[in-house]
Amino acid sequence: MIILGIESSCDETACAVMQDDTTLLSHVVDSQITIHRQYGGVVPEIASRRHIESIYPVVDAALKESSLSLADVDLLAVTAGPGLIGALLIGLNFTKAISLVKDIPFVGVDHMAGHLLSVFLGENKPEFPFVAIVASGGHSSLFYAKSYTEFELLGRTRDDAAGEAFDKVAKILGLPYPGGPEISLQAQNGDRDKIKFPRSWLEKGSFDFSFSGLKTSVANYVHKTEERTPEFLADVCASFQEAVVDVLSAKAVQAAQFKKCQQVVLAGGVAANPRLRDLLGKRCRSAGLNIAMPPLDYCTDNGAMICIAGYHQYRQNGPSSLDLDVYSRSPLIMQG
Amino acid sequence: MSNSITFILSSLEDTVLFGHHIASQVIPGDIIFLNGDLGAGKTTLTQAIGYGLGVPKSCYITSPTFSLLHEYSGDLPLYHMDLYRLSGEEEVIELGFEEYLYGEGVCVIEWPDRLGDLIPANRLVINIETQGQSRVVTLTGHGSMQSRTHLFQP
Repeated sequence: MIILGIESSCDETACAVMQDDTTLLSHVVDSQITIHRQYGGVVPEIASRRHIESIYPVVDAALKESSLSLADVDLLAVTAGPGLIGALLIGLNFTKAISLVKDIPFVGVDHMAGHLLSVFLGENKPEFPFVAIVASGGHSSLFYAKSYTEFELLGRTRDDAAGEAFDKVAKILGLPYPGGPEISLQAQNGDRDKIKFPRSWLEKGSFDFSFSGLKTSVANYVHKTEERTPEFLADVCASFQEAVVDVLSAKAVQAAQFKKCQQVVLAGGVAANPRLRDLLGKRCRSAGLNIAMPPLDYCTDNGAMICIAGYHQYRQNGPSSLDLDVYSRSPLIMQG
Repeated sequence: MSNSITFILSSLEDTVLFGHHIASQVIPGDIIFLNGDLGAGKTTLTQAIGYGLGVPKSCYITSPTFSLLHEYSGDLPLYHMDLYRLSGEEEVIELGFEEYLYGEGVCVIEWPDRLGDLIPANRLVINIETQGQSRVVTLTGHGSMQSRTHLFQP
């Protein structure tokens, strides 16, 4: 089965072509980061306009790169949510139009499910069940994945997402958007034990996260002093980053032990953070757990993860209907 | 005569109590502007208002920075907006946020200056300033909210 996957939930227009869930034939991403950087974050209206401009060329490029045409495509998969409504609508309606004109079935998939399954794009493929930590600009959640389509929510953020904390701390420090790569870069030269920023563990046994207090703590620390030397900046970045990855990785390991499962998966944009990959890897190994992460290219938004999620959802539940609508918050994290 | 009221919240607990107090005083259609730097406690205050309004504790009141608007069902609906990333009133209209301003719920709006000409006449403006661990809060009522400002002082 040939699947064409389209993703447009935030500031990346992406498309990929896959054969089943195993062979990636092409993968194209048009990122808007440089456009939004001047505004310090994604501006929804600008994002939507850019998606309109780039969706056709991106899909066309992905098809060309795969040496296939729409006539070869058996299934269309598209992100239905969560994300920015205006941005999502462009991907979904573009997909519906192809579906109608070319008579190809389509499935609307959840962006979070896509991130969670992006690990199957790597060499080291996990076995079900596994505990997955999905951390990005909009989400920080822990799931217990029982199959390609069944995910049990174990924990989620109570205030800010991990990636959002990176963006906001970058702003406090006067670093450009997006904050993740910038802070990670600065942190390389810093001492992660220099400043003891608080870890929010919440009540015992909780797999929820909270990063708002940490952000406040960094703001207080930075505003207390006039110092802005490169060393100061590097130490704040390293210590802040450590506070985030410490909690994310510790809770992922605890969740795996709680569910008595051997496999941990890391996914989402924050999964590209080298310190998180390193620390979670170490902690999993010392706890006797296997760890799997997507290749760096597939941590951020992409069409390939939507192909995989769509393929399995289609096999499980069949196609979506034309009255499918987009949504801004994921049903996967609204349980409980 | 100024209708501004200034007071100090000396701890996180004070902020939470203030939020609960706001929840006990609001009526349908009230609009609250929330100004303050990152880390001033806008999220904490909004959470306290929400739980004070009867939003179930199992429903987390999270930052709307990414998705711009979150809607919660309590005894009154709560609409929590973060307009930081919007370019101006045209975008607010395009997203349909204007409807929420004149709805039956309570609107809590961060970065309200993005509303431009849409800034409603009747509103309570809460400014939060950080002073070490304490927060200096200034309440200013506009329009019909002027006569009710004092009710919101904890």
